[in-house]
Amino acid sequence: MEYPSDSTHPDGDEAPDLNAPQIQEEEKTSTFAKAKALLSELWHDKPGFVGFVIIVALVLMAIFAPLIAPYDPAEQSLRARLIPPVWQERGTWEHVLGTDHLGRDILSRIIHGSRISMIVGVAVVALAGGFGITMGLIAGFFGGRIDAAIMRFVDTIIAFPGLLLALVILAVIGPSMTTVIIVLALNGWMVYARMTRGIVLSVRQMPYVEAAEMVGGRSFHVIFRHILPNMMSPLLTLGVLEFARIVLAEAALSFLGLGIQPPATSWGLDVANGKDYLFVAWWLVTIPGCAIAITVLAINLLANWARVTSDPQEREKRFATSVAAMRRRKKSSSPAIQAAE
Amino acid sequence: MTQKLLEIDNLEVHFTTRRGVVRAVRGVSLSVGKGETLGLVGESGSGKSVTSQAAMGLVHIPGEIVGGDIRWKGQSLLGPEGHPLSRRIRGREMAMIFQDAMTSLNPLFTCGQQITEVLRYHRKMNKAQAQARALELFELVGISAPLERLNQYPFEMSGGMRQRGMIAMALACEPELLIADEPTTALDVTIQAQILELLQDLQKRLDLSIIMITHDLGVVAGLCDRVAVMYGGQIVEEASADEIFSHPAHPYTMGLLRSTPRIDGKDDRMVSIAGSPPDLLQAQQGCAFASRCPSRKAECSRDVQLKEMASRQVACRFPFSGPWSRDFKERTDHIGTR
Amino acid sequence: MGRILLLRSWHGLIVIMGVTIVVFVVTRMIGDPVDIMLPLEATAEQRAAFEHQLGLDRPILVQFFDYVWSLAQFDLGDSLWQNRPALEIILERLPLTLYLCFSAIAVAVLVAVPMGVIAALKPGGIIDKITVLLSLGALSVPQFWLGLLFIMVFAVQLGWLPAGGAASFKHLILPALTLAIPTMTRLVMVVRSQMMDELNAQYVKTAEAKGMPLFRIVGLHAMRNCAVPVMTLTAWEFIRILSGYTVVVETVFAWPGLGLIALQAIERQDLVLLQAIVFVIAVIVVVFNLAVDIIYKVIDPRIKLD
Repeated sequence: MEYPSDSTHPDGDEAPDLNAPQIQEEEKTSTFAKAKALLSELWHDKPGFVGFVIIVALVLMAIFAPLIAPYDPAEQSLRARLIPPVWQERGTWEHVLGTDHLGRDILSRIIHGSRISMIVGVAVVALAGGFGITMGLIAGFFGGRIDAAIMRFVDTIIAFPGLLLALVILAVIGPSMTTVIIVLALNGWMVYARMTRGIVLSVRQMPYVEAAEMVGGRSFHVIFRHILPNMMSPLLTLGVLEFARIVLAEAALSFLGLGIQPPATSWGLDVANGKDYLFVAWWLVTIPGCAIAITVLAINLLANWARVTSDPQEREKRFATSVAAMRRRKKSSSPAIQAAE
Repeated sequence: MTQKLLEIDNLEVHFTTRRGVVRAVRGVSLSVGKGETLGLVGESGSGKSVTSQAAMGLVHIPGEIVGGDIRWKGQSLLGPEGHPLSRRIRGREMAMIFQDAMTSLNPLFTCGQQITEVLRYHRKMNKAQAQARALELFELVGISAPLERLNQYPFEMSGGMRQRGMIAMALACEPELLIADEPTTALDVTIQAQILELLQDLQKRLDLSIIMITHDLGVVAGLCDRVAVMYGGQIVEEASADEIFSHPAHPYTMGLLRSTPRIDGKDDRMVSIAGSPPDLLQAQQGCAFASRCPSRKAECSRDVQLKEMASRQVACRFPFSGPWSRDFKERTDHIGTR
Repeated sequence: MGRILLLRSWHGLIVIMGVTIVVFVVTRMIGDPVDIMLPLEATAEQRAAFEHQLGLDRPILVQFFDYVWSLAQFDLGDSLWQNRPALEIILERLPLTLYLCFSAIAVAVLVAVPMGVIAALKPGGIIDKITVLLSLGALSVPQFWLGLLFIMVFAVQLGWLPAGGAASFKHLILPALTLAIPTMTRLVMVVRSQMMDELNAQYVKTAEAKGMPLFRIVGLHAMRNCAVPVMTLTAWEFIRILSGYTVVVETVFAWPGLGLIALQAIERQDLVLLQAIVFVIAVIVVVFNLAVDIIYKVIDPRIKLD
């Protein structure tokens, strides 16, 4: 009742095989309906919906940055240095979020900075995800020695002090956006490999797949048909969560001076620039930091929703939780509850 | 049967789930006397386990006792006044063993630790006393090499030994009532027999009252004085064990009997009950078994109460009488062809 | 047990070897150390002399075995920046970093475990909701920014605590807290969900049926079952703090530990020192993992270390 479109409902599970063509037809027409149902479900999870809206806004902002931004983010103006945001005493409407120590408009820098976060995030997730999923699939499909070798390799890499190695690489090759992307991808592909392998193995253990393999059927075909749907939602959720992590990591590297280099703009870089003016201009550090935090929070909220929604067990738990909370609030004379506590 | 130990009176338990309110127990009344063994029989989902857990005070969110009463030696265990009493007798005067000893024992503590903890908490024994008593208990339930077993973890023991350990734990404080929730279901057949024998033996030696919860009428046969059959959250028939086996009156009881393999090999044809158990989400109209009943009539759509009938109670408008086998077969043989 | 530890040590050795190879390949083959370490205007003679000084004019395999051989003797080379053995510099700074790491982990665990347990006891309750919201929020805040905010509020505005340095216990508070908060939030989430699962376990019902009091059921029976996953995460977090987060936090608070020196080594192009730091951290991580494996076995007798 809380979730109108409920895929875990027992009635929904029993897709009758008799009229398969009909189902396919239904599928075609319902792609739009499905998206609509998903959106309406998202609407019911308010934090998740807010996160979704913020992310959409951020993506739009990143795409249309040059059109939206009031100034060139690199344009300096020594006369307009360190102007506070508009709500402060000396603030002006010309620079809504104020200016930095070189007189650059902070709002424009924030808008342009979102591009870096998005590009790095998407690139790293695509690279690390692509490589990791491929490794996981290979390990899961072939099993045996190949599996053992790959997983041992993954174990070893995971045990590396990753961030320090990243620093070494950055120090040697020199920081740039490409290096940041490569370094973060090298650091993050192992999670995907592990998860993919786990899913492949669990699908292979399903009775019908096992049976098909035993009969010598085209197991790749069978496995693939069952793996893909099983893989989609956990990997998507993982990807979204990794995206959040990478936005933070990029900001941290840029803050350390090992990421994006000026004249390009990055939120982390702006925080680093502002930290010398901590005593005189709080907004230099605070505003770009807020941009990072809001972005990551939005992604996390969406990922949280995705995780709960794609996992029936998690949904059941969540429902039980809300019932428990309701019951406790009522805390009527019911003895069973008191006994429980 | 001089004194009623446990009385359950018109108990109603609901579970709130995402799909709605499951009315798991619907007005169940039961009682157990001193030294008596009661069998509580039904399919999974019939509410037998929930009933017993309610008696132990183990029904938690999302479950809720919404009606009825549970009394221990005449005193209510529900409500603000009953709660402290329930806490006091739990594990001391009333104990429980569960189906799967593997998951029911804490995997990270030795069996010895799990028994002595009861003794030390309830009986305020010191470590040495508790250890000695635990050893005694292990011997009582027939655990081989008891001294070594005390220091073993559950995963190091066999299924039968684990279940004996569970029983020893339940008996630690010499309870008056033992609730056994499918204690043999997870075990091999030979071990099953041993455990049942042990329970029977303990019952006699310790003058124990037992509520034996099972879906297997064969388990009930040798052990129980009385049997209550549950279906769809209600008791449909209650009678002495002899009566149930020789003259089942409710069609469901009869169905259960027919679906139980007979050890003597006679009449080896087993018949299953067609259809599936009722959906406990629905408010129920009339007899819960009606949709599966071979002798259903139009009147069965009206509500039916548990009624006194000769030496038993039955919730059926058209109960059988007479010896069961032939009568039932005639009336049910057509089911298979349906 | 002994055999298994040997196996684990072997795996640890592989990890250390792997790190060594990666560092070697990255510094000698991908990048040119001479380019990095000498100023641009250096003459060809200066370059050749420098190459010879570092032994870079020898065949690459010879260089590698020489490198490994000296590592095996705990000779991590001389820092170019400070002109003294890198190991000496590291050993000077390591205690400060470990002090910071352990303080942060201690704070995180001490706050996260009770908080997670309390949240799990009443799922959906007010405390639970606040915990979940706070965690989501805290996870979204960049650590370096959190540190700067702390400085702004507690050092600049209120003047209660120093903004940087490591002179006293007062200096420890802000960096340790900054390090602890992300770890704490991840721990809280795991403790909470793990505890919720455990409290639904059948053995908890048994303990209840035995009449055990709630604090014993939660604090002993369920807690011990939570211990392994919670410890796994704690160990993982410790490693991440030691081999990454400290760089950021030590930079923010000018805490003169290994992280700060690593960043300074990068700025001064001192690859020898940087390599040495990575190697030492890798060794610490491996040893630490080995210790955690042993503790697992103590907590959970079912675990067979193979």
